[in-house]
Amino acid sequence: MAQLRIDIDLCTGCGVCVPSCPLGALSLNDGVAVASEACNDCAACISVCPVEALSIPIEHRLQESKLTDYRDVWVFCEVEEGKIVHVTPELLGKGRELADTLGCRLCTVLLGHEVENLASQLFHYGADCVYLVEDERLSPYRTVPYMEAFVSLVKKYKPEIILIGATICGRDLAGAVATRLETGLTADCTELRIADDGKSLLQTRPAFGGNIMAQILCEKHRPQMATVRPKVMEMPELDASRSGEMVRESLVLGDARILTEVLEYIKDELESVNLVDADIIVSGGRGLGKPENFSVVRELAKVLGGVVGSSRAAVDAGWIPYPHQVGQTGKTVRPKLYIACGISGAIQHLAGMRTSDVIIAINKDPEAPIFKVATYGIVGDVLQVVPKLTERLKRL
Amino acid sequence: MRTIVCIKQVPESASDVTINPEDNTLNREGAEAIINPFDEYAIEEALLLKERHGGDIWVISMGPAQAEKALKQALAMGADEAVLLNDPNFAGSDTLATSYALSRAIARIGDYDLVVCGKQAIDGDTAQVGPGIATRLGLAQLTYVCKVVDLNPEGRAVTVHRMLEGCVEAIRGRLPAVLTVVKDINQPRYPSLLGIRKANKRTIDVWGAADVGADPTRIGLGGSPTWVERVFTPPMRAGGVVFEGEVDEVVEKLVRKMQADGLA
Repeated sequence: MAQLRIDIDLCTGCGVCVPSCPLGALSLNDGVAVASEACNDCAACISVCPVEALSIPIEHRLQESKLTDYRDVWVFCEVEEGKIVHVTPELLGKGRELADTLGCRLCTVLLGHEVENLASQLFHYGADCVYLVEDERLSPYRTVPYMEAFVSLVKKYKPEIILIGATICGRDLAGAVATRLETGLTADCTELRIADDGKSLLQTRPAFGGNIMAQILCEKHRPQMATVRPKVMEMPELDASRSGEMVRESLVLGDARILTEVLEYIKDELESVNLVDADIIVSGGRGLGKPENFSVVRELAKVLGGVVGSSRAAVDAGWIPYPHQVGQTGKTVRPKLYIACGISGAIQHLAGMRTSDVIIAINKDPEAPIFKVATYGIVGDVLQVVPKLTERLKRL
Repeated sequence: MRTIVCIKQVPESASDVTINPEDNTLNREGAEAIINPFDEYAIEEALLLKERHGGDIWVISMGPAQAEKALKQALAMGADEAVLLNDPNFAGSDTLATSYALSRAIARIGDYDLVVCGKQAIDGDTAQVGPGIATRLGLAQLTYVCKVVDLNPEGRAVTVHRMLEGCVEAIRGRLPAVLTVVKDINQPRYPSLLGIRKANKRTIDVWGAADVGADPTRIGLGGSPTWVERVFTPPMRAGGVVFEGEVDEVVEKLVRKMQADGLA
């Protein structure tokens, strides 16, 4: 049973709350608002009611943080094979903006083994300070040592905001860190700004497959944590003249607590594909007719220097391995160019690629939903159009 | 061997839930409640491991009374026990409070070797509850698992493949461990008719906050640091240009557009 209370003496039956409910749980009955059992107390309706007739009794609250104890914006520096992962500078760009608005410092958490050399780049991208923890046990990434290093830094230096890339590594780490700190974590944000109160982080993120956006606050707890979708925030300008302060800490952790051991990394050319970082993706679907015809998609991807994606239908038919799948049960991508070949554009597929900068759709059915999101579309036989396009692009 | 699977009931196609642009009402046509697709892979993996190692499978879900349907489906697939976490005090829980409530229930079940979850739910898409459970219970955290390579209950170890952005990580963890699984891991079975019939006869145990010894300040809205301030429909993509006609001609038109946009 939901806890939402509707004061029928106050309710004027204006109906403003009805569309605010993400679950469709509110309706008007006999001139007043009523909530169905679908209500989950998300509280989205409360702020829209002009007469404050909606409320959720709060009997108990998590222990609130003393907000003034927390200061600075932190960005987690993700490192892969000795290099800074591209989402990190994107976060530094956004972090700089937030820190300037708040009038505080932008700091970076750099964890790993022999990674000190990366600090200068972090300064160049806008960091004022780098918290560095070096330890053999911090390479390669594992949840527990990273979480312990991160949590002890937070407890000592008390940041008000922490941004982490919404990558596999970042999401693995952020969920653990936020739980240990008992604070709020908002997943996969696509927009961040300081709210009108001048202190809270207003976090915007897609929900329900991107059809609805939610704005989330963590007003009473610190730090406010968010993972941020890669390739959404703008890359900052590099300023090689910048430098900053370096603060070293060590990892205090008994080996017995680490719990996991990385054995190896397996890179199979066919199976492995990095869709998330790709600037150009050429995807194929059932419209290709048979698995062999994926070759036309591969050819086009090759000419454009892109990678191959696919619809769920093609993966489920066994035409191409799962790591290539784009969509709700696959990957969410945001390339500069997404070309959909023989993909009708089921809503689950659109959920994974609709925010691509430019979408080109090639499909024989002019009514296919993919054309509704496409920047450019070609109605035609994918097996004729795609090879022709490849050939034409080769001649450029 | 005991495996506990955490599942969530979600709208059938979460992305079908839209806000109607004309009158700003919510459009939920065909949004029937199902088991979160990633959680079906979690159930199947538990079943496959049980076939090899024996033991029992518990399935738990936190949600409204209707979530009983999802639990019955899990029983029909072959799970042994099912528990619904349902209490007005759980309502409004964010991922922090949810992982707390689930970990209390897991602790009450006890004697487990594995906790298996889907990598994320298709409505919230957070992927935060699995790590939350692992952290609270102090268990090895193995996320985005695409293959269980070896499970050794006697040696207290599990080796899995994790699907990273561009490669696969082979990693060994100590038991008990929390696994969150991706789609590639298996092909979930359909419940048998007999299984469905048996499951329908079962009464699902319902546990409230007090049953799992949950601290009332750490669950529900009051135990949730995050707050949904507002929801809105994202701006629509501008309608595009669609070319129809002779192949050479339409390709030429497209290539010119691509060149103009600096894409070719």
